[in-house]
Amino acid sequence: MLLAQQLTESADILEVANTGSFWNILTFVVFTPLVGALVLLAIPKANQQALKVVALGTTLVAAGLGVVILTQFDFGDASAKQLGANIGWIEVINSRYIVGIDGISLPLLMLTLLIMPLVVIYSWNHIPSPGNPKAFFALQMVLMTGMLGSFVALDLILFFVFFEVVLLPMYFLIGVWGGEQRQYASIKFFLYTLFGSALMLVAFLALYFLSDEVLTPSGNVMHSFDMTLLPALATGISAGAALWIFGGMFIGFGVKVPMFPFHTWLPDAHTQAPTVGSVILAAVLLKLGTYGFMRIAIPILPDAAKSWAPVIGILAVIGIIYGALCCLAQTDMKRLIAFSSVAHMGFTMLAISTLTDFGFNAALFGMVAHGLITGMLFFLAGSTKERYHTLEIKRLGGLLKQAPHMGWIMGLAVMASLGLPGLAGFWGEFPAILSAYDPAEGLNVALFRTLMVIAAVGTVLAAGYLLWLYQRVAFGTPSAEFENDPNIVDVTTTEWIAWTPLIVLIVVLGMVPGILFNVTNPAVGVALSAIGA
Amino acid sequence: MNILAAVGVDNPPLDWHALAPELVLVGLLAVLLLVDAFGGERSRWAMPSLTGIGLLAALIPVATLAYDGVVRSMFDGAYVVDNYALLFKALFLIAGYVVVLLSTNYIAEGDYWEGEYYQLLVASLLGMTVMASARDLISVFLALELLSIPAYMLAAWRKRDLGSEEAGMKYYLMGVFASAILLYGMSLLYGMTGSTLLVDIAGAIEGTEVPALVALAVVLVVVGFAFKVSAVPFHTWAPDTYQGAPTPVTAFLAVGSKAAGFVALMTVVLIAFPTQPRIFEPLIWALAAVTMIVGNLIALRQTNLVRMLAYSGVAQAGYILAPLAVAGVSGASAAMAVEAVSTYLVIYAAMNLGAFAVVIAVARKTGSAEIDSYGGLFSYSPVLAVCMSVFLFSLAGIPPLAGWYGKLTIFLALIEPGTLAGYILAVIVGLASVIALFYYARVAKVMFVDPAPDGDTTPIRVPMSLAAALTITVAVTLVVGVLPQVLARVTGAETFLSIGG
Repeated sequence: MLLAQQLTESADILEVANTGSFWNILTFVVFTPLVGALVLLAIPKANQQALKVVALGTTLVAAGLGVVILTQFDFGDASAKQLGANIGWIEVINSRYIVGIDGISLPLLMLTLLIMPLVVIYSWNHIPSPGNPKAFFALQMVLMTGMLGSFVALDLILFFVFFEVVLLPMYFLIGVWGGEQRQYASIKFFLYTLFGSALMLVAFLALYFLSDEVLTPSGNVMHSFDMTLLPALATGISAGAALWIFGGMFIGFGVKVPMFPFHTWLPDAHTQAPTVGSVILAAVLLKLGTYGFMRIAIPILPDAAKSWAPVIGILAVIGIIYGALCCLAQTDMKRLIAFSSVAHMGFTMLAISTLTDFGFNAALFGMVAHGLITGMLFFLAGSTKERYHTLEIKRLGGLLKQAPHMGWIMGLAVMASLGLPGLAGFWGEFPAILSAYDPAEGLNVALFRTLMVIAAVGTVLAAGYLLWLYQRVAFGTPSAEFENDPNIVDVTTTEWIAWTPLIVLIVVLGMVPGILFNVTNPAVGVALSAIGA
Repeated sequence: MNILAAVGVDNPPLDWHALAPELVLVGLLAVLLLVDAFGGERSRWAMPSLTGIGLLAALIPVATLAYDGVVRSMFDGAYVVDNYALLFKALFLIAGYVVVLLSTNYIAEGDYWEGEYYQLLVASLLGMTVMASARDLISVFLALELLSIPAYMLAAWRKRDLGSEEAGMKYYLMGVFASAILLYGMSLLYGMTGSTLLVDIAGAIEGTEVPALVALAVVLVVVGFAFKVSAVPFHTWAPDTYQGAPTPVTAFLAVGSKAAGFVALMTVVLIAFPTQPRIFEPLIWALAAVTMIVGNLIALRQTNLVRMLAYSGVAQAGYILAPLAVAGVSGASAAMAVEAVSTYLVIYAAMNLGAFAVVIAVARKTGSAEIDSYGGLFSYSPVLAVCMSVFLFSLAGIPPLAGWYGKLTIFLALIEPGTLAGYILAVIVGLASVIALFYYARVAKVMFVDPAPDGDTTPIRVPMSLAAALTITVAVTLVVGVLPQVLARVTGAETFLSIGG
């Protein structure tokens, strides 16, 4: 009897096989920046030109590999994890080097590969005080490896490692090259994120021990950290335990997003970070949180996700309204944009909390759009600061007169950010609101429709604070103190090169949203298969 | 006859191969003594080199024994050489070697009685290697005294310095006090069971009729070791001793002596008391929780880097204790606890020795260990600043530096049993790490952002031996962090802690 039971059990057990090799295209793209960082360390500090060239070259090589990935990615099968490998890493705990991309990770990977060269180009003539381009670029390269790795990792521990690798370079970027309050802002960023990820790690390990075991390639029966297998392995976890585990991940990812009430690190970090730090933070880092929800928390623990969905939805909407109200009260342009991030990520989280594929698609689009648009806004804020040496909204004005091109670009970015149809922001915001009309089965429809209405009010507020910002900064005449300031010039060449791709993409994605939705849609279906939406 | 029957006919009563690492150390001790006695002043310079070579030579039999892979047991099982013992012997020897590298210039330039210094260091290391194999109350106690008494003297090595004298005296008094408590607990165990062998004690107290006495004995033994590993509230000697002692000795105490304390604690608890989880689990749980919280909170307020590292070491002791608090749940949880503790001790040794190496290097220029004196380090000695950051953030557990894997094994061991106590302690470890990050990051901030306090920005000249120590420790910290399997293969070996006999 016992033997028979064992036999059926062993027949049920999932077998894991080694596939692919370490030397695959994703490994190359992830570790190219790290190699670049090592090369940078070998270049003498004084040779600034070489440092810049190497940094740019590294990001361009990585972006080139990204193009190769685009050509090799099978768009017909965007729901499958592609181009990756599954080989041993830490065998004693069966944590494996599993990488791969699908329609969810591909857009975010591409976003990272796009933003980083632009950031390096922008830095060409804008190395913030206290200088030292060697360390500045080397940290950015390490940061890039961390971000890319997070998006391709399919093993929880591997993901955790990349997720944390991001922290140190960002801490130094803010803490060394930041504004006046940089010490406070950088340590706050670090502590908040570490707090979240400590609980997240505990949740990962509880998940590991409570889920079913697999047969490893070396013939051992062990628990698994494999994100693609865990949805099947974790079905036996009791509802109570699943709720707690989801809670741990919720805090880990929620801090990163950031969701209200874990958001307070964000305005400080954004305001104090150097321009490129803000851009990276807004364009990519925040997405690690939402990505974590979509890739890990919800697919692996769908039932717990349903119980948590109302909480997420409510906090998301509080974030939308709260972020918008804070924006209206800000006197500093950069801080205003930072709070608008809280509001925008609120839309994304609301879409995620509906647990529908419509919502997930909206969320992914919103993530990419927010990355492009808010990245653009932070670039503009940085350039404004450089020209006016202040970001105090009161003191600014007449940007359209003094620097017309820059004024128009800001106009475009502001319109995109408030969700004007025809620009990318619209496709992140509008479907997100709409998705709350019809949440996944089992969720409280009345609640989500209420949330939908409140979120819609949020868009009005967004239009309010963004247009008001634009009006105060760009319209009117320059104040007396800046009227004849020779510092204030129009868009420079490096700025044009850094900004054009963002502007083009904001318009193109706004006009032809299908190019993104077609990639995300199949993958989203797989992520939500257990929800039954 | 008895011995032969117990260990099997294959093994001779004295297994010279199994004793070889210790014998090499004894030989080294003799050589150092003779060279010091007859070589006079001219031979001084050779002392550190001789010691270093001797320690590396002692690693050779450790390697051959590991290659051999046989569990060797002597004296009725009182002295066992298994993978567990070999791992720690190797750890102690390599840590000792790094300490010699740290000491070379410090001791020579300070004119601190080189001959005696290295002799005592080797004697203490001998005690540690014996401790790794001890499976009997008497051999545990002998090893403990052998490793402690030279250390008391070393702590007071700067004889004309009041702080150093205070360090040695405090360490000595507290150490003797702890030994007394430990001995009292051991005597109770012997009185109840009639045996000093840990295995026999485990069998004898399983169904004992006087649980109160067993509880008292277990508590006394654990508390005795808690002094050694500087767990709160028995940590009060550590900061003063660390700050007052010569810095290489501090590194030795913080790494070697503490690791030996943990080895002893782990061996005794898991072999002698596995049937008493109801007594040792809550005790160690509370010790671990209090130790990491208090250690981290006090570390936040330190202005002296060595003192900060002392309190951070207290907190780290709390992390290392934590897995033992759930080790009694099942055989698997005990195995995971052993794995976690040994993994963490190896990683802890690398990163802590490295941090002290930087402290010694910087003190060569500034003559100070105040955190403020590290201002501008990145601008004039970027390599040292980066090394220090590597060690500090590794201590904080940030990937891809080795500390993260140590923390991970601790989390694994805490969560594996699935008990509420384990989960809560895991969360406490997580929160304590967040507090810890604050003071580690503050040092990084001073090094990278603040200006040099006196405006003196001449680069620090790092002597060869210190550079070698830094290279070894940085390499271990990075390699284990990126490829933890390298270490996990050793600490996860199946026949890990064999009870012998």
